[in-house]
Amino acid sequence: MGLLEKIFASTWGVHPQDYKRPAADLAARAMPTPERLFVPLAQHLGAPALPTVLVGQKVKKGERLADPQGAVSAAIHAPTSGTVSAIGEIAAPHPSGLPVLAVTIDADGADEWCELAPCDDPFALDPDEIGRRVAQAGVVGMGGAAFPSALKLSSSKKAGVNTLVINGGECEPYLSCDDRLMRDEAAAIVDGVRVMLHATGAKRALVGIEDNKPEAIAAMTLAAAPFGDVTVRAVPARYPMGSERQLVLTLTGREIPAGRLPADAGVVVHNVGTARAVSEAIRYGRPLVERLLTVNGGAACAPGNVLAPVGALVEDVLAFAGGLKGEPARLVMGGPMMGMALPHARVPVVKGTSGILALSAAEAVEHEREPCIRCATCVRACPMGLLPLEMARHIESDDLKGAVDIGLKDCIACGCCSYVCPAHVPLVQLFAFAKGSLAAEDRAKQRLEATRKLAQAKNERMAAEAREKAEAAARRKAERAAAKAKAEAEAAAANAEAA
Amino acid sequence: MSRLAYRAERTFAAPHAHGDGSVGQTMFLVQLALTPATLFGFWLYGWPAFFLWTTTLVSALVFEFFCLRLMGRKAPGRALADGSALLSGWLLAMTLPPWSPWWVGCLGAFIAIVVGKQVFGGLGQNVFNPAMVARVALLISFPLQLTAWVTPLPLVGAGAPGFVDGLYIFLGQTPLPDAMTSASLLGFAKTELARGAELSQAFAAVGAPQVSWLGVRAGSLGESSALLIALGGAFLLGVGIIRWHAPVGVLAGTLIPALIAHALAPERFLDAHTHLFSGALLLGAFFIATDYVTTPATAAGRLAFGLGVGLVTWVIRSLGGYPEGVAFAVLLMNGITPLIDRCTRPRILGRTRGGEAIAAVGKEA
Repeated sequence: MGLLEKIFASTWGVHPQDYKRPAADLAARAMPTPERLFVPLAQHLGAPALPTVLVGQKVKKGERLADPQGAVSAAIHAPTSGTVSAIGEIAAPHPSGLPVLAVTIDADGADEWCELAPCDDPFALDPDEIGRRVAQAGVVGMGGAAFPSALKLSSSKKAGVNTLVINGGECEPYLSCDDRLMRDEAAAIVDGVRVMLHATGAKRALVGIEDNKPEAIAAMTLAAAPFGDVTVRAVPARYPMGSERQLVLTLTGREIPAGRLPADAGVVVHNVGTARAVSEAIRYGRPLVERLLTVNGGAACAPGNVLAPVGALVEDVLAFAGGLKGEPARLVMGGPMMGMALPHARVPVVKGTSGILALSAAEAVEHEREPCIRCATCVRACPMGLLPLEMARHIESDDLKGAVDIGLKDCIACGCCSYVCPAHVPLVQLFAFAKGSLAAEDRAKQRLEATRKLAQAKNERMAAEAREKAEAAARRKAERAAAKAKAEAEAAAANAEAA
Repeated sequence: MSRLAYRAERTFAAPHAHGDGSVGQTMFLVQLALTPATLFGFWLYGWPAFFLWTTTLVSALVFEFFCLRLMGRKAPGRALADGSALLSGWLLAMTLPPWSPWWVGCLGAFIAIVVGKQVFGGLGQNVFNPAMVARVALLISFPLQLTAWVTPLPLVGAGAPGFVDGLYIFLGQTPLPDAMTSASLLGFAKTELARGAELSQAFAAVGAPQVSWLGVRAGSLGESSALLIALGGAFLLGVGIIRWHAPVGVLAGTLIPALIAHALAPERFLDAHTHLFSGALLLGAFFIATDYVTTPATAAGRLAFGLGVGLVTWVIRSLGGYPEGVAFAVLLMNGITPLIDRCTRPRILGRTRGGEAIAAVGKEA
């Protein structure tokens, strides 16, 4: 960072009121398995998994329900024992509520694990074997993005990653499941971190925890103390500290090049929840079938952290967590800054669900938009150094290219700009719209290109056929002419002979 | 288990939380910051100043309302409540000679709101600072009225016009008595220099104008009290409405050349102290150069903008034809704001200043 940037770079990000307590300080509650679970086949980034069970089949907890399909995908396992009662569609935990394929399991109440393959000494395993076992367990990133973890582990080794960054930032307001996990399961997390160090070949692990979680920092520091290669560091509480690029920069001082992965800066980032899931998968052979999530929000009667099976409906989780004070104004899966508004409560919890927020009318208040007064609060808030007000101006005048030219594609959609805008301009929403339009444009262009190629190939084929036909005709004509000439010559010769 | 009947009435996009603050609140805080200096102006210049201020603000609101109506805005009353027109009118009133007749305030408000702001598309769209557009248009069109300064006569003091007398002055019925007209210090210096006099001699003469922190001097309605304007500015800095870059730029841009020039040729150039406490420099630094709409968006850009305003002000004051140059300087810099914005874009994380992706680092570590 140059001197100029030191003077002018204001502190990026925002400081929203976090509403993490009292939920964070209460003991986590384990939710009993509901009668019926709806386990979506697409809970991760990439291709949906391919079901391997049949309707009517009995499954045990942890049994494979679906295989990964394609290069980027993850396996899905049964969250409880019971019977597969259907493989059909259910509303996705997404604002659209569009249907996704899910395996429905009627729980038998026994919650009986299938046979698992524990491992006493993970460090004796080949690093690639760890990747395989993590893939077997269907572990995905638990911070929200749900990228298949095994892929990150195996590619890190190839990319020569030297630093493992563990994300305990949990910068989203309201959420405290990572905080709770670090306080309660610090040893398991640190174990998972060490297994991941072994798997990735990284030399050291840095655990970044926001300084508004002193209990978690203390617990993790204690758990990591025996291991020299795992360091716990407090980072300033500031949204979006839990964003990959910002956390890596804060912890290591390394800047990830635009459009590249952390691996290009020698870093790989995993969430604390993922670290624990890796430990469970390797030590006990347990696949990822349940997770800790935060139930919070002004409309929730008893905010707190709940251990819920994957596939449990949001309404069941809310009911277990103490119910709601009347109708919520908005239901959100994830945090308030980047979480997704739910269409209704009959959507399932997935591996990446960090929280369910029932926001009251006072929290979800919608402000009328006013004209932008160019106050540049958004410029100061943007953690990427973009000019949100200028990008919005371009997008609103249908100049998407202009917006791309000044950095639209570098936007990480953290929402800081919209959060701070005093005129309530829907900035990040505009950027999401523009990115969607650009993606649609790209797809249309590709389709057009494919059509063009097909048409060209057809033309060439037709031309070739016509050419062949013409050549064949010419050949035949030549043959006929030759035959005729020959016949005439023979006739002439015969005549001559006769004469 | 009870079923939750909730259904989202439509899709909502993140974020689902919003910070405090609104346009109206911003405008209100700026107005609050202007209040002490304004009240001081009333005390210093009496009833006519109060009438002028009221007229200018009310006119600004009326013109804004009619423009919003003409443009077919829904609920023009609500748009009016954001306080932006009130603030433009207020800033204009601050820069007017306190005993100007009513039509100066009225016409000024028209120029500021209609010509300076609404023809560009309204709030947030104008290129030039509306109050400064009006100030300059008035100064050029009515130089006599716009340079008719009065000797401060505190409201409670002897000789100050009472309510009725003040009304007559305000209505333009009473010409300013000669005994009460006075030159501003900048005007005095310019005249003396034009006569070929040296500044030190001119200021040694009896009755030469003085400047001070307190601001009991001839000048515009709200520009005289350096102390109260700086107080308002400090308040705005404290609550985070403005940042230091533009004000520091303006002050440095004027004071640094003033210091150098005065050190080199004291008979020819005014000292920094006089520059600081004269005219609209402090008002400009804290309230005009910090206008969001017409200044650059980045911190570096705002510093550059401020420096430009300060420097051009000093050039006009010291070398130009007008004794005061803040308004001209602001308009000039407003004009090149898009250019400054273009040159001072922040560096995007992961990219070089030129926009290329940075080289990967850290792998070898």
